[in-house]
Parts: sequence; C-alpha cells; structure tokens
Amino acid sequence: MAHEMKMNKKNMVVVEGSYAVAHAVKTCRPNVISAYPITPQTHIVEDLSKFMADGEIPNCEYINVESEFSALSALVGSSAVGARSYSATTSQGLELMHEVLFNVAGMRLPIVMTVTNRAVSAPINIWNDQQDSISQRDTGWIQLYAENIQEVSDMTAQAFKISEDRDIMMPSMTCMDGFILSHVYEPLILLEQDITDEFLPPFKPERTLDPKNPLTFGAFADPHFYTEFRYQQECAMQKALKKIESVADEFYDMYGRYFGGLIDEYHTEDADIIIMAMGSIIGTIKDVIDRLREKNVKVGLLKVRAFRPFPAEAIMKVIRDAKVVVVLDKNISLGMNAGALFIETKSILYNTDITVPVIGYMIGQGGRDIPMSTIERIIAEAEEVIISGIKKESQFTDLKEELI
Amino acid sequence: MKSLLAPGHRGCAGCCDAMAAKFTLMAAGEDCIVVTPTGCLEVMTTPYPETSWDVPWIHSLFENASAVASGIEAGLKALGKQGTKVIAMGGDGATMDIGLQALSGAFERGHNITYVCIDNEAYMNTGVQRSGGTPYNASTTTSPAGKVSFGNPRPKKNMPAIIVAHGSPYVATTSLAYPKDMIAKVKKAIEIEGPTYIHCHAPCTTGWGYDTSKTVEVARMAVQTGLWPLYEVEDGKVTKVRKIGNNKRPVEEYLKMQRRFKHLFTMEGGADEIAKIQAIADKNIEEFSL
Repeated sequence: MAHEMKMNKKNMVVVEGSYAVAHAVKTCRPNVISAYPITPQTHIVEDLSKFMADGEIPNCEYINVESEFSALSALVGSSAVGARSYSATTSQGLELMHEVLFNVAGMRLPIVMTVTNRAVSAPINIWNDQQDSISQRDTGWIQLYAENIQEVSDMTAQAFKISEDRDIMMPSMTCMDGFILSHVYEPLILLEQDITDEFLPPFKPERTLDPKNPLTFGAFADPHFYTEFRYQQECAMQKALKKIESVADEFYDMYGRYFGGLIDEYHTEDADIIIMAMGSIIGTIKDVIDRLREKNVKVGLLKVRAFRPFPAEAIMKVIRDAKVVVVLDKNISLGMNAGALFIETKSILYNTDITVPVIGYMIGQGGRDIPMSTIERIIAEAEEVIISGIKKESQFTDLKEELI
Repeated sequence: MKSLLAPGHRGCAGCCDAMAAKFTLMAAGEDCIVVTPTGCLEVMTTPYPETSWDVPWIHSLFENASAVASGIEAGLKALGKQGTKVIAMGGDGATMDIGLQALSGAFERGHNITYVCIDNEAYMNTGVQRSGGTPYNASTTTSPAGKVSFGNPRPKKNMPAIIVAHGSPYVATTSLAYPKDMIAKVKKAIEIEGPTYIHCHAPCTTGWGYDTSKTVEVARMAVQTGLWPLYEVEDGKVTKVRKIGNNKRPVEEYLKMQRRFKHLFTMEGGADEIAKIQAIADKNIEEFSL
C-alpha cells in the first residue's frame, strides 16, 4: 500500500528527541516506569520524572531504582500484575540488564524499553553506535530502529501494541541513536492523546498475579519441557513479523504517518546498488542518494526497521534484482570482522537463488562522524564490485591508519 | 486450616525451606503475592507443570527478588488494587550476597513489602557452598576444613543490622524451632506499613549434616546457645528479646550435632576454635541481655 504522509505542519512543534519519547510514553498511559539514569538516556527519564511531579501521568508509579538490573527486574513484577510497564536505558545499562532481558522474554512480559544507542566500554565512550542493542539480539526482544524523532515517538505506541498483542506477548526495544536523535531538536507532531487512546487500548493480559486466581509464574522447566517454551517464543517472534507490518499500517490509517513496517525503501525499484542500514544514518544516506540520482547513479536504500524478528523475506524481495548490496553496521562481531546486519543478510541469501554480491562496512563506531563523502566513497566502491567483483567483503570505515 | 503450600513438593525430609514458607503463608493468608529468587525453595515447589503454591507466586532470577517485589507493589498501587500483601522469600545467598543491592534499593525506597530471609547458612541448592551467611568455622564445599583450615574463616554477616540501618520500621529474627513466634512476627511485619524484614534461622539437614528428624532440635539449640538471638527491632530500637535464662547451653552442644563442625572436635587446636565460637555466643548474650 502507498503511504503518503498526511502531516499538518500547523501541528508540528520543535522539541528534543528525548522529550518526544517521554511525551509518547506518557501518551501511552503507562502504569509503572522504572529506570536508572545513564547518558544519553537521561533526558527521557528526567522528562518523565517532571511529568510525574506535575501529576501529568495518571495511575502511574515511577520507581527510582538503584541499577539497570533492578530497573528491568521491577518491571517483571509490575508487568506480571498487569501494569503497562516502561523503561529506558543504553550501553552499559543495557548490558547489565542482559540476564533480565532473557527472563522478560521467556516470561512473555510485554515490556517496552527505549534504547538510546551508545557504544560499549572499553574504552569507555558515551557516543553513538549500535553495539549495545545488537549484542542483545538473541534475548527474545523485538528490536525496532528509528530514523528520526518523529519515528521513534510514533514507534513507542506501535511497540506497546505489537508487544501486548495476545499472539505475541514479547517485549520490545525501540532503538534511537544516542545524542544524534536523543539530543537533537527537530520538528514533529507529538503523539496525539485522543488517537492513541483509540489505537492502544488499556493493557489487559490474560494471566496476571492475582490472589483471586493464584498462578505460578517462572516455574523451572526440565529437559522434558524447556525446548517447547523456546519454540513458542520463536513462534511468537515469527508472528510478530506480520504484526509489525499490520500495526504500522493501522498507525498510518489513524495518524497519517508511516516510516516503514519491517523495512522501508527509498529509490529501490530500479536500483543496481542497494544500501542497507538502520537508525539515524538513514537520513544521511537519503541525501546522498538524492545527490547521486541527479548524476544518474542507480542507487537505492533499504532501511531495516525491525532487526528482531529479522525480516528475511521482505529484504530478499527488495534486493533480489540488485547488482550489489552494501550493508552498513554501527556494530562489530569481533572475531568475525563483520557487522550483524551484514552477517544476517548474507545468511538469509544462502540456499536461495539470489546471487547478488553483498559487502559490509563497519561504520560510525563510538560516535565517529559519518559524512556524506564517506557514503559516496562506499557507493563508488560498490560500483567497482559490479564491474570487477568483491575485493574486500567486510571492512572498517574511515580507519585512521596513523593511530594504529 | 488449609495449608497454602501444598504437600507433594520435592523438599528433603526435614526441609527448612518448606517449614519457613508454610509458617509465612500461615501468617499471610490468601491475599498475598509471593516472590522467590532462585534456590531450593523455587526448585522444589515449582517443577513445571506442577506447583505447590496456592497463592500467586513468581520467580524471576537469583539476585532480583526485592526489585521484582518493588515492581509488584508499584503495579498494584498504580492499578488501584489495595490490600494484597507483597512478600519476598529468599535464601541467605539470594538475600545477603547476590541480592543485597536490590534488597537495599527496595528498602531505601520504602516499598510496602515484607522480606523473609530463610537463612540456612550456605548455598544449599548448588551443593553447600559458602555464603555471606555461613558461620565461623563451618565446613562447606568451598570452605572445607583441611590440614591448614578450620573451614569458613569469617563470621556471619549481620544482615538484620544492615536492614535496621536502612530505617526499616520492623526487623525481627526468628527460628524454625519457634513457629508461633515466627508466625506472630511475620503477621506483625506484614501489617506494618513499609519495608519490613524477617530473618529466619533455618537448619538444613543436607548441608549441615544431621538426621532429618532433628531440624527443630538443631534450630532450638542455636537459640539456646545464644548463637541465634531472637529479637525484634522497631524503628531502630530493640523492643523485644526472647530470654534464654537458665536454659543456656554451651556452644559445643550445638556444634557436635552437625557434620559441618565435626572437624572442630577432631583437629588439633579445635578446642581453641570452639572457644572463639563461644565468645561469639557470649557477645550476643551480652548485647541482647539474653
């Protein structure tokens, strides 16, 4: 379906990305917010705290926990009693949550958490890349990546709706690039309360901790039963593929805004070169494409919005007829010399009839700037691949040789 | 009275966890939600698809029971559900070691929860490894007595004092040998608004090494020697103490009941070590005027 944006500029305001997220969370009527401050997530939780102090979030408790580990653990309890539950974190905080992330997914608690993507230590670095959330890809959380602050605001409501669906009941991370989106001021339409109340009905899970109907949550499963629990989690993830698409469509119908479902496309129809990427880099790539299209370079963009569940079919459909695919990753799987999106993309093509060459670039680590000239150079290298094949399959970008 | 912890669980004969959980539920009644961290109690009561719990119950992880309880309390409050008591019940390792940070956070924040520590003085579920609750000179699998060791080289962490320092309105020590006392204290803890704490001394037949019929006797002896004083602290002040009086026993009588202290009676220098343990008991007796 076509998704022409229906945005009335009169309704737009200029706010910081973190405020947009905090406002979106408030609009989704959470019951429990639990968070621990960490740069660059802090503005989100500060704005939410101010909303609380001003009495602007009814029927909600804000827990000022003593660690990220407890931030998410508290939400295990709140979500299990049927409270809509939210947190936000990044980097070291997300890594500290690692054990709890698996637990939340395994207990099928539809918690939503914003991740303001940041590099991980060491060396310690507070700036943006996506190593933090990518490292959590196997924990059973739906992962959505936003291009701009309008998208991450809108994605917040979508994430609750996807996660809380009775066929899904899996938690979601809404990922926004730290500083680049969390601290940027952009015009957007804040999530509308009246439409959101209709779009996102109150959270009413089938099973809760309730003395009137005592149930056991978190029993241990021996080898006779454990596999089936894991299988059902995977089934829910597969169902989420459709749900992410349908919720994005439903959102468009009600709000008039659309930033993609599992993926989004930009000038891909006739593209010889397709760039794949996630997050705020999308805007830069679109600008480069506009520039190159004027010079008749047939380049297009495949924006990956959902990294988990991984949209294999949607991606294959788009890249099938391209002559080269370039994958940009703000993460590295050390020991593989490659980024995760590159690795996944290659893996879905094996055993298919798609033979397009795929090359990967690890880019923007620890907040390293990604100028348009870098994207242009990468595209030039991709053109070389079309002519003479792959010379270097996966590589670091803009390495400063003089520092090594 | 119907037991809210159903029989048929997988606990050992003479299991301290089963007794402590039963007493706690007798005090709490049906209108409660229980959180249990990883440990024997969780494993023996909830092998999927079975459960012994006739109250809503949740297990998340080893180190986060207090945080989960915080979230339950906050969630109930946000949803306007009043009256339901929130109780966390964990072992000494989950309470005093790996879960201490979450416990501290929950008590500092002042959630209306009751935490019951079932202290059997080692990591029993994983095979009797030493914890911060293991007493001086106890032999465990990670603090074994040997040619140059009398076992655990450190005294127990004073957990109730740590909770008192958090400003908890009610902290009480209990023992499995005194169920009426324990039930009354848990009831009181639950009824007091704010984060309250019960520390239950709970002998483990497997880990301590005594006959399965002797759990209560061993527990009673710990109290009568002064090694486990029973007291209540309200708003920071000791308000009640269970006197030993003329029933006072030497620590040898407690130690010789258990395999974990057996080496103290066979090793050279054991008598001096027993004297040090007696000094710990004497200090308790003096401090609490037992």
